[in-house]
Amino acid sequence: MLTVYPILEKNDLASKVYRYVIAAPDIVKKAKAGQFVILRLHEGGERIPITLADWDMQRGTVTLYVQAIGKTTTMMSMLKVGDFLTDVVGPFGLPSHVEKGKTFVAVGGGFGIAAIHPIVRANKLVGNKTISIIGARSKEMIIMEDEMRAISDEVRIATDDGSYGTKGFVTTILKSMLEHKEPVDVVLAIGPVIMMKAVSDLTKQYGVKTLVSLNPIMMDGTGMCGACRVIVGDTMQFACVDGPEFDGHAVDFNLLMARQKMYSPQEKISMEIFEKTCRTQEHRETAAW
Amino acid sequence: MNETTQPTIKKISNKERMKIPRHAMPEQEPLVRAKNFFEVPLGYTADMAMEEADRCLQCKDPKCIQGCPVNVKIPQFIFHVAMGNFELAANTLKETNALPAVCGRVCPQEEQCETVCVIGGKVEPVAIGRLERFVADWERASRKVSLPAIPRSSGKKIAVIGAGPAGLTCAGDLAKLGHSVTVFEALHKAGGVLVYGIPEFRLPKQIVEAEVQYLEKLGVKIQCNFVVGMTRTVDELMTEDGYDAVFIGTGAGLPYFMGLPGENLNGVYSANEFLTRMNLMKGFEFPNNADTPVPMAKHVAVIGGGNTAMDAARTALRLQWTEKVYIVYRRSLVEMPARKEEIHHGEQEGIEFLLLTNPTRFLGENGWLTGMECQKMELGEPDASGRRKPVPINGSEFVLTVESAIVATGNGSNPLINKTTPGLTANKYGNIIADESGKTSREGMWAGGDIVIGAATVIKAMGAGKKAAAAIHEYVTAKKK
Ligand SMILES: Cc1cc2nc3c(=O)[nH]c(=O)nc-3n(C[C@H](O)[C@H](O)[C@H](O)COP(=O)(O)OP(=O)(O)OC[C@H]3O[C@@H](n4cnc5c(N)ncnc54)[C@H](O)[C@@H]3O)c2cc1C
Ligand SMILES: Cc1cc2nc3c(=O)[nH]c(=O)nc-3n(C[C@H](O)[C@H](O)[C@H](O)COP(=O)(O)OP(=O)(O)OC[C@H]3O[C@@H](n4cnc5c(N)ncnc54)[C@H](O)[C@@H]3O)c2cc1C
Ligand code: SF4
Ligand code: FES
Repeated sequence: MLTVYPILEKNDLASKVYRYVIAAPDIVKKAKAGQFVILRLHEGGERIPITLADWDMQRGTVTLYVQAIGKTTTMMSMLKVGDFLTDVVGPFGLPSHVEKGKTFVAVGGGFGIAAIHPIVRANKLVGNKTISIIGARSKEMIIMEDEMRAISDEVRIATDDGSYGTKGFVTTILKSMLEHKEPVDVVLAIGPVIMMKAVSDLTKQYGVKTLVSLNPIMMDGTGMCGACRVIVGDTMQFACVDGPEFDGHAVDFNLLMARQKMYSPQEKISMEIFEKTCRTQEHRETAAW
Repeated sequence: MNETTQPTIKKISNKERMKIPRHAMPEQEPLVRAKNFFEVPLGYTADMAMEEADRCLQCKDPKCIQGCPVNVKIPQFIFHVAMGNFELAANTLKETNALPAVCGRVCPQEEQCETVCVIGGKVEPVAIGRLERFVADWERASRKVSLPAIPRSSGKKIAVIGAGPAGLTCAGDLAKLGHSVTVFEALHKAGGVLVYGIPEFRLPKQIVEAEVQYLEKLGVKIQCNFVVGMTRTVDELMTEDGYDAVFIGTGAGLPYFMGLPGENLNGVYSANEFLTRMNLMKGFEFPNNADTPVPMAKHVAVIGGGNTAMDAARTALRLQWTEKVYIVYRRSLVEMPARKEEIHHGEQEGIEFLLLTNPTRFLGENGWLTGMECQKMELGEPDASGRRKPVPINGSEFVLTVESAIVATGNGSNPLINKTTPGLTANKYGNIIADESGKTSREGMWAGGDIVIGAATVIKAMGAGKKAAAAIHEYVTAKKK
């Protein structure tokens, strides 16, 4: 049993997305596609949820892809191989619901590409046909292309600026597939809420079953605080224990988007103070030379 | 020396004794403490404690002992205090109560030992809780905390799930009997409600930490970041990891919402979320020493009348930007389940109590809470709980301007263990069914505390942990390898 969690590998992938391999042997034993961990960098740190993108039984490691967007994720981006995380706990959430004998289309945007990875693999393992649609703003921001090719029957890529694959959004590709009546049994979408909403709106018109993995603000991950509550159909659900995967056609995305902004003013203050101290530190370091 | 017969403390008559006034607790000034997170009561000095102890009649038939859920030998420990033998007093306390520094602060003595204290009929009862607190604090400060002799290892492994008062007590007792005990805790810190729920100004976290360290010295292993049911199931602990018995003390940590319109607006929180942000995550030090943000609202309404509601209200008040805090409770003051002392503290600090008032909906703009519509209530016939049932008064609706509303209307039990442990039976509320000793429907599994009896008290949880420890000891000792 470990009490600290060392970073064994770290890669700087695309703009502000980092890959980490972290020793967490207890978690690996039970990890399943669609689950996540909660981590804390240091005493006084925030608890943040991150999806299990991959894991290695033999080494007892988990692989995480983290996009640096606020204070905690930016601080994490500054950690090096050999540094420790104070806490990593999990796995949390219900595993993804995998059905056999389907054509499974996974749509991933941003860190969502890492999040669909184990689910696509789980579908591939039961013999499903897997098509992965991954998207980003431009070519250099596409992550995990090789890993996705290894487990997908087909990978289709969209970039906003057209620097790679189809010019447009992931929904541009999905829409054309649905319009051309390509067989699609189940769609899974993970990424920014706006993307998951667009995918769900689209597939609803075609009556295609759609799963989304929600990313509300969380804290404990055990169903104790209710911060992660979302509305699915008519019922309140706690995404950490009842999800994070839900029926995309029943999710109240507008509520989720509003609730993600719950602490925006505070997060901004936190980031500003952090950047200021970072700058003074850099300044001191250069001054010493 | 036989303490149970009339001892000679100070040669004065009982009549004289009863003339000594109950010693007031020195406290921080209400308006000062309303903006800080330091503890409110400052504690008795040794002189005060000895004077207060002199008030005890050392009854032949001490009612106080029966009033205590774990039957602390109250007159005996008070006798030692009166004699100035604080170390002996501490030892006496600890025979039955593993966490006296905690209980001396948070137990509802006014409903337990003190309410039945023999002199209570005529004058104010002996301040048993304050004396308990004094003794425990004295012991900690004097570093006289002694480790009991631990018998040779029994070779038995016991898993305790949940590091709340129930689990910690059970773990301590089993370790003292020579068993190898590991406590598995889902959060990153041990203590349960004592660290995530009850605020610093009522129970300094350093006290809980000291208690946890004491257990570690007894040989208890505390494994945080371990969610039983997810990281490992109870069955895996027993069949694969070789634990001979399990104690489940996972508490009542499932927040109830009210199902009112607008409940998901930004600014509406469960008390669990608010208190966890503030206590466990140290949100009151945001943004300098803690990264977890807390709500920034000028006007706060807390809905409910229990300890949780009082704690949430008094915590919200202490944030520098808060101007006004309301407690919105549907019954009247006498029915409020919170400890009287805490209600009194809240009143002193300037919390406004809107009694016989119930929220009907939350109002908002652009996704953010701007107000709460409430309705006045009146008391009708007694309900199942024996308390008069509040009934709404038609047309009495009014809007309270608040940017933050904290729902503290109760907690249910977390279903995780029940869902992942086949054959473990629970009642319709999700409480695990257990007998007097904590024995559940599954062999080798005991349970106790809030997960069995529903949200209750620290001392009851500890009592349950103690009983289960005795039963588990008997079970593993009889069990062949
Ligand atoms: C189930 C789940 C899985 C996730 N998986 C990944 C992943 O694999 N990779 C990844 O990069 N990100 C993932 N996220 C999002 C990640 O948790 C947030 O980006 C992170 O918490 C932001 O923290 P911050 O302090 O850097 O940013 P902040 O400045 O604090 O916040 C930036 C934005 O992130 C969101 N956020 C803030 N705090 C939390 C929190 N405690 N919980 C959830 N969201 C929060 C809010 O919408 C906020 O506006 C996941 C979220 C959830 C709920
Ligand atoms: C805000 C508040 C104020 C209170 N004030 C008072 C008071 O003044 N006086 C009083 O006597 N009582 C008070 N109470 C009640 C008292 O705190 C509880 O009755 C008591 O803590 C119950 O103890 P427990 O050990 O059963 O559970 P808890 O204290 O709830 O501890 C349970 C522990 O188990 C952990 N856990 C849960 N599930 C898992 C899992 N699957 N795996 C691993 N760990 C798990 C939890 O994280 C938690 O740490 C208060 C309660 C609250 C919420
Ligand atoms: S009932 Fe009161 S007076 Fe009697 S022994 Fe107990 S504390 Fe002392
Ligand atoms: S994160 Fe607290 S209940 Fe889901």
